[in-house]
This record gives sequence, structure tokens and C-alpha cells, in this order.
Amino acid sequence: MNAVLRLLAQRIALGAGSLLAVSVLIFLGTEILPGDVAQAILGQAATPEAVAAIRETLDLNQPAYIRYFDWLGGILQGDLGTSLANRRPIGEMIGERLQNTLFLAAVSAAIAVPLAVFLGLIAARFRNSWLDKSISIATLSTISMPEFFVGYVLIFIFAVTLRWAPSLASVYDSMSLGEKLYAIALPCATLTLVVVAHMMRLTRAAIINVMSSPYIEMAELKGVTRSRITLYHAFPNALSPIINVVVLNLAYLVVGVVLVEVVFVYPGMGQLMVDAVAKRDVPVVQACGLIFAAAYILLNMTADILSILSNPKLRHPRS
Amino acid sequence: MSKYDYLAWLAKSGGVTRREFMNRAAALGVTTALATSFAGKAFAQEPQKGGDLKIGIDGGESTNSLDPATYLSTYIQTVGFQWGNCLVELDENAKIIPELAESWEPSDDATQWVFKLRKGVQFHNGKEMTAADVVYSINHHRGEGTESAAKTYLEAITDLRATDTHEVTVTLNSANADMPYIMADYHLLIMPEGSDPASGVGTGPFVIESFEPGVRTFATRNPNYWKDGRAHVDSVESLVLNDLTARTSALQTGAVHIVNRVDPKTVDLLKRAPGVQIIAVPSAGHYLFPMRTDMAPFDNKDMRLALKYAIDRKDIVDKILRGYGEVGNDHPIPSFDPFYAADIPQHNYDPDKAKHHFQKSGASGPITLHISNAAFTGAVDAAALYREHAAKAGITINVERTPEDGYWTEVWMNKAFCGSYWGGRPTADLMLSVAYKSDAAWNDSYWKREDFDKLLIAARGELDTAKRKQMYHDLQVMIWEDGGVVIPMFNNYIFAGRDNVAGLVPSPVLTGLRMSEQLYFTS
Amino acid sequence: MRNTPLSAWFGFTIIAIYAFLAIFGPWIAPYGESAIVGDVWLPMSSEHWLGTDNLGRDILTRLLYGAQNTIAVALAATLLSFALGMSLGFLAAVVGGFTDQAISRSVDVVMSIPTLIFALVVLSVLPSSTLVLILVIAVLDSTRVFRLSRAVAVDVAVMDFVEVARLRGEGLGWVIRREVLPNTLPPLIAEFGLRFCFAFLFLSALSFLGLGIQPPAADWGGMVRDNANAVSFGLTIPLIPAGAIALLTVAVNLVVDWQLNRASLLRGRA
Repeated sequence: MNAVLRLLAQRIALGAGSLLAVSVLIFLGTEILPGDVAQAILGQAATPEAVAAIRETLDLNQPAYIRYFDWLGGILQGDLGTSLANRRPIGEMIGERLQNTLFLAAVSAAIAVPLAVFLGLIAARFRNSWLDKSISIATLSTISMPEFFVGYVLIFIFAVTLRWAPSLASVYDSMSLGEKLYAIALPCATLTLVVVAHMMRLTRAAIINVMSSPYIEMAELKGVTRSRITLYHAFPNALSPIINVVVLNLAYLVVGVVLVEVVFVYPGMGQLMVDAVAKRDVPVVQACGLIFAAAYILLNMTADILSILSNPKLRHPRS
Repeated sequence: MSKYDYLAWLAKSGGVTRREFMNRAAALGVTTALATSFAGKAFAQEPQKGGDLKIGIDGGESTNSLDPATYLSTYIQTVGFQWGNCLVELDENAKIIPELAESWEPSDDATQWVFKLRKGVQFHNGKEMTAADVVYSINHHRGEGTESAAKTYLEAITDLRATDTHEVTVTLNSANADMPYIMADYHLLIMPEGSDPASGVGTGPFVIESFEPGVRTFATRNPNYWKDGRAHVDSVESLVLNDLTARTSALQTGAVHIVNRVDPKTVDLLKRAPGVQIIAVPSAGHYLFPMRTDMAPFDNKDMRLALKYAIDRKDIVDKILRGYGEVGNDHPIPSFDPFYAADIPQHNYDPDKAKHHFQKSGASGPITLHISNAAFTGAVDAAALYREHAAKAGITINVERTPEDGYWTEVWMNKAFCGSYWGGRPTADLMLSVAYKSDAAWNDSYWKREDFDKLLIAARGELDTAKRKQMYHDLQVMIWEDGGVVIPMFNNYIFAGRDNVAGLVPSPVLTGLRMSEQLYFTS
Repeated sequence: MRNTPLSAWFGFTIIAIYAFLAIFGPWIAPYGESAIVGDVWLPMSSEHWLGTDNLGRDILTRLLYGAQNTIAVALAATLLSFALGMSLGFLAAVVGGFTDQAISRSVDVVMSIPTLIFALVVLSVLPSSTLVLILVIAVLDSTRVFRLSRAVAVDVAVMDFVEVARLRGEGLGWVIRREVLPNTLPPLIAEFGLRFCFAFLFLSALSFLGLGIQPPAADWGGMVRDNANAVSFGLTIPLIPAGAIALLTVAVNLVVDWQLNRASLLRGRA
């Protein structure tokens, strides 16, 4: 077990290291972005004098590395800085939106992950049957459409025509959990449709991969039922790739749902970052980027740790 | 929109008085009898009080602030007119009418203007509005340290002072017969002296209760609002709806009562939806393709003429605006402006002339047009059409799509040939000064002519209308003939509302920004 | 080939048809690629079999021209991303130790930069040509492929037969090619089928940012985007390019399923 613990400790330390590296990259990336905040704030209205005035107030004339360390130092003390565009503390701007993003991601994941794994298991168990094929075709068709388009179609059917669900996913603090769930019904359905296929296909493939191993054959020869084999013999041994694809999709749910937010007018982080990029509101972009990066690294780390734990060989080294 | 549709809607909207309506109808050449029949139906109804209005507006950003110095796009400007008022406002003919200023008077040479302020107007915080507040609010946009985009308009002001408790005197560095029009700008909202500009405290029809940038704003009716016949509803919730489809479906489902910027392509489809009305307002806003006249090959007048003849304006108005707009004639003055020069011949699509001028210019090879939909709605499609039109004249236009992000900083005023948009200005002088004067910061064709500048300044200070009209005529001809802009069209502003709201005043400039105080429920 | 199931034949047929259309599309197309031939959003008719688009261009024509642009970009980008992702993934898994950590963490770093910023920075610095587009998609996708191939390969790399091969003194390349690759193929084949489809979607997401294939050239993702508004009025026009992508995706994945079967059969039962 010690070996595992050491592996874990190592992995966590490396995760922290990556985060630091990312922070540098994000800082540099936002520096490279052409255009600058002073001009973007004023848009078409930017005159050289107005731009100069803004640059002056924003302290943009200091060298980059000094600003990097200032920034990093602030973050370590929990201070994300102030937005350049509207002078509000970034922590305040992000707080609620981060909650919203995580809420939507969590609800979607709670539906999509079990559904995908279940469908994957069914498809693998009844491999090449009509059931398998129809699950595949249905899920593949939904991911062949861009997510904003899936959203439009759902809005047309369920909001405009049938009037079952709202087309705007506005959520406020004062709403009860039930009301919030109702409000996000359509974005949640959209995201579920978008991510299920990927996870389902990979689950199926990973299980089929394991199903051809000698020990499965052994179990079959012993007369264990196919369903039992799929669930108890094949599934645990196919976990590693499944965990990885699940995590990839979780990361997408947190980081990649900008278009869904736009379509359903959901106040999440993605929208904040897009606006900030457009306005060259660099501190906000950096803060969002860092939070997204942290989410990614955390999720990847979890996936690696779970993979280590789920791999019998890695769990029980011979020496 | 035909003129009858327009009149029918104008009558129905109830946004104008009966007399104004008849004048408008006469201007459009509609017989009095017909106009009366429209008017008869419409003006029987008095605006109702009460109700909770929900509006869906585009252009909201999570970076928005209530500070009027930062106002750039429609959403926040609409919110601005909820909490604030200007000194003057524009009526449906884009003429100024009194708002917080009751009257204004120029000195004989039009270099000094005296504004008399309305008395007994209270701010939301209970303080009475005085000249000191006006000076404070306007100075927020002036001077060395300001970051306001309105700074440029106010540069001609050399002195601004309170000459009485309710009188403000403005001194200019040169004569300007149109000076009060500047005070209608959406940046120049009046705030209490010494207040935080981002607090949203003003004299406006609504009091901001909550402001979530990029999401929504909630405001309730100001119980002490001073303006008669305005602010009918109890509250206004303004939702940021940046996605076109989100706006349309929110309106269809009744989640909002009115939305702005409907895509002309979908208007006919949306019209058929039950309970929805379309409100199209002709505007001074125009789409254009500026050419940098300081760069080859556009430094050649024949080249510019070739490109002006190589575009089929009607086709673009039909395809991009679906008829919700007017053909432009390569100068920025709209047809309803009093100084519009109606006798300038229309530049029509003429491949032969285009070819002739193109060959005469001595240029050969393709021309690159940098474009993105950030320039204006449908810009990439318009460029694709332009390319087809020009090809028939033997001119090859390479359309190069650039990222929407950063378009105004990286492409506009940088690339030799690109797309652009002007929202229109209330006066010919403002429009020409802002984009065609040699030293204008936004002279996007880099067109520089000394005789133009001189005439423009002379026209600005001229108080004799007939003389002035001739001067503006000559200025338009110069741009039309020699200028570096292809202006294919003026667009309509298209709103869509539920059929139980009315009252929007169809101003061709700053269209719809004051909808919150104008709209009321009919049932 | 006689064991090839019906579904795989179906998949092959569809792919063959698409390939044919992609190559000969421009000759078959009834109108010019960017020619405006009618009113906007006309319904299907004998003149315009699939109707017209948001500018009044013939949809069938646009689909045929778009096939070439879209499929070529998607295929090139996907192949490149797999070549890159798999080789790094296997290398990391088999060599392990420092190499593994170095590659894995660098990939983590690249992955964790939000795609939007990455695409914006790269595409605003580099010219927006098709080649750059392919490279951007390939690099972004390869990080995902890397994670998956490494995850599958790590499980295989600790197996006895890999160790035996190593003890036998086989070279790194040999181990990867002969031992790791065959045993990890099925999930990767499945992933390929999906990544291919994601490349189409990425093109459409880029057109949201105003990037992607240059107009007036047609691409299917962009066609969905340009016509998407029509859907809120119940018009089916954007469903046509979306359907074209879906059909190709299903066809590719049917063939992938069959390959998946063969791979696992070869290994397990043969």
C-alpha cells in the first residue's frame, strides 16, 4: 500500500506544479492576445487620448514579470484582483457564476454519467443486436450536431411548441431547488445529449476489449451468465479508460459549455470569460482561465488516481 | 416596410401625438383622409398604468458598469435611460425637445449657449436637481483624466459653468448652431453632484433595484418622476439576450414583452407567430465599406468609383436587410435629415462603368476585403454578395473573414478595405465631423480634404438655414463623388413585441433606447 | 470478408458515396458554389432539391462543395491528432517514470488552457489558412487522444507478456507496435470514430468566433451555424447539413464497430 501512497503523493505534487506552469502560460497567453483593454473598453469610440488615459489608470506600463508576481501573490492570498472594465472585485463577479456553472455541470453529470455507463453496459452485453445498434445510432446522431443547435431544437420543441419548459434558464438566489431544476431542464438535457454518446461508446468499447480476455472465457466456461460477466468481471477491469473518458466529459461540462450558456442565457463562467476576452479584461480572463485550469488539473488528477487504484496490477505490485 | 405599414404601426404604437402623426403622414405623401383613418383607430386609447414589463436586449456584457462614461452598447444604454435623463431628448424626427433643460438660447455668434433647467426635479435620493449637478455630470466626461467615450464631442467646450441655480452656460471654441444636440447623447446623463457615477442614481423614470452585469437589471417605477405621460409600468426587468435565437424564442414563449435587433431574415417568419407584432423603424444607422484613401490602390479616385459602381445596393438591401432598409448613396446623411441633398444622382450598379473606372485606375489583380460579422449583422454575407457583383465587372474581391474578436482594434482603420457601421448621429454636422473631417479620430477612410473641413466648420456656425442647406449639399457631393466609403444601405431598427404592449417612439437616432419609459400595456 | 455484417456494409456504402461526392461534388453540383439562385430559405422543390440557404444559395450545391472542405479537414486533423496522441501516449505508458510524468504534465498544461483562449491566441497570431486550422484542431484533439491511449496502455504495459518481451530484449518500438498496440486498439478505434465527428463540430464552434473555413467556401458545420436561426420557426433547413454530418458519423462508427469486433476477435479467439 505504501507504494500506492507514494504514487498518490507524487501525483498531487505534480498537479500543483502543473498548475503553476499553467498560471505562467495563461499570463503570457493573455499578454500575447492582440488588442488591448484600453481600446477594447472604448471599442469604436477609442481615441488615442482616451486610450492613453485608460492605460495610465490601469497601470499597464509596468513590465510583465512584475505584474505576474503581483498577480500570483494576490491569488495566493485569495485576492483575484479587480476587473478593468467595471472596477468590480473579480471574486465577487466570479462567485455566483462559478456556483451556477458547477450546479449545471453537477446536475448534467448526475444524469449523463450513469445513463452513459448503463447504456454502454447494455450495448456491450447485447453486442451487435438491434438494441446495441439503435443505442449507437441514436447517441451518435445527437453528438453529430453542434451543441448550440441541439439547444435550438430542444427550445423549439419543448419551449416554443409544447410549452413544457422555459427557454431562458434564469436562476436567482431566491429560487428553491425545485424551481432551479425546472429552469435548467433544457440546458441540462442539451448537455446530457451532447456528452452521453462519447462516454457510452467508450464504455462499450472498453468492455468489449476486456471481454476477449482469457479470464472472461474461463468464466463463460464455468457457466456464469453473460450479464453477470459483463457487470462483475469485465466492467471493473475496463474502468481505467471509462474513468478517463468520464473525466474528459466532466471537464467539458465545467469548462466548455459557453455556447449552451449563450443559447439559454445561463449566467455561468463561460459567458463571463468570453465577455472578458472580447473586452480584453485581462485580470478577469486570467482568473477564469486559472479556475478552469485548476478544474481540469484536479479532474485529471482524480482520473489518474482512480486509475491507479482501479488497476489491480498497480494496486498490488509484486515486490 | 411599406409606408402604409409604417404609418399603421406608428398610429398603433401611440408613441406620437395626433398632430405629429398627421405631419409625418403628409411627409410620406399619404392623403389626409387615409392618415385620419389610421389615426382614428389609434389615438382613442390612453396609455394604461401598471404592469411588470420584461424586455430582452442584446449587447449586454458581464463587464458592464452603470457609469455612463463606459456606455458602449445597446443594453447598458437602455438601462441608462431607466435611471437617468439628459438635458434634451430626441423626438421621433430626431429633433431635440426639452428634457431636464426647459429651454436653450445661443449667443448671436452661436459660440455661447445658455440652458435653463427645469425646476423641482428630484433625484432618486431626494435631492433637487440644480445647475451644479449638471456641471458635475458633464465634467465627468471632460478634461484630462476622463476615460469617457463622449470626450470627443465635448472637446469644443472651453468653459462650462453654473450661472444661476437653474442655469448653465456653455462656451465653445467656435460657433456651433447645433450644440444642444450633443446634450442628447446617452453618455450625458445627469447625476447628483459628488455622487459615485456607477451608482445609478439619477432623475430617471425608474430606480435600479438590482444590477447583475451581463445577466439582468431590475428597476421599479420612480414614484416622483417628473415627466408627464411617461413611465407607465410598475417595474422593468431588462434581460441580457445576446443570442438572436434566444431573443426570438423568449418573445415567442412570452418570457419577455419586447426584444430588439430582430434579424431581417426571420422577420417574415416571426410575423406569423401568434401574439407577436413587428416594429421596424427607419434609422440613420448605415452599413459601409471604408477604403483607406491614403493607401494604394484606394488613393486613386477611379478605383474608388469603380468599387462604388460595382455593388448592387438593391440586391444587398433585399438579401441582407430583406427590404428593412434603404439604399444608400455613398454619403452618410439619411433621407429624412433636413439637410439631405435629394438631387444627388443615385450611384447604381453598373458593371460597365465599374469596369471602365477600374481599368482607368491602372490597377489590376484582386482586392482584399477584410470582414467579420462584428462589423455589422450579416457583414460576411454582404461581402459575399459584393464579391459576386464585382466579379461581373471583372473586379476580383477576395473576401477574407477575420475573427470577430478584436475586429475594431485590428481590422477597422487598419486594413485598406473592410466593413464598418455607423449608428447615425442626430445632426449632419455631428456625423460629418466624427467620420469625415480630416483630423477626426474615426475618419475610417483616412479621407483628407482641406476645402471640406473649411466648409464643414463654416456650415456649423451658419445660422441662416438656406445658406446652411447649400453648404451641406456641397459637403455631401464631395463625399459622394470623391470620398473613400461605399455606403450601400441604411438599416431599419427592428423590434418585435407581444401584441399587448405599445408606445415605443420611433426615433431614427438612438432608436428604442428610451423604450422603458415609453412602453405600456394595452391589455 | 464474407463475415462482414450488414451494418458494416451499410457503413462502407455510405462512406463510399460520401467519398465519391467529395471528389466529384463540384462537377455534379447543379449551381455554382457561391451563386445566389433564389430567395432565402426556399423549401424543397424540383429546382432546389434541398431548398436554399440564408443567402438564397442552393443547399444541395453547398453540401456537395462543402463535402470536400469539411471531410478533408476533419480527416486530416483526426489522423494527425491520433498519430501524435497515440505515439506520445504509448511512449509515456511503456517507458514510464520521468518521461511519463514529463509528457503527461505538459499535456495537462496544454489541455487546461481553455480551448477558446488557445484557439483565439493561435488563430489571431497565425494566418487563418486551412493548414493552420488543421494543425490547431489536431493539437487540441491530440491531448485528449494522449490521455486515453496512455490510460489504456498503462494497464497493458504492466502485463506479463509485455514484461517478458522487455526481458527478451525487444526494443521500445517493437514492444509498442507488437504488444501494446494490438491490445489497446479497440477503445482507440472507438475514439477515432468519435473524434472524427468532433472535428466537424469544432469547425462549427470556430465559426461562432468568426473563424474557420473562409467564405464563400462551404463547410457543413458553418452551414448549420448560418442557418440555425431558422429552426426556431420550425424550418428544417439546418437539419440538412446536420443530418449529413450525422449520417457520416453513424456510417464511420458502424465500420468502427465492425473493426472493433474483428480486433477483439483476432486477439481473443483466433
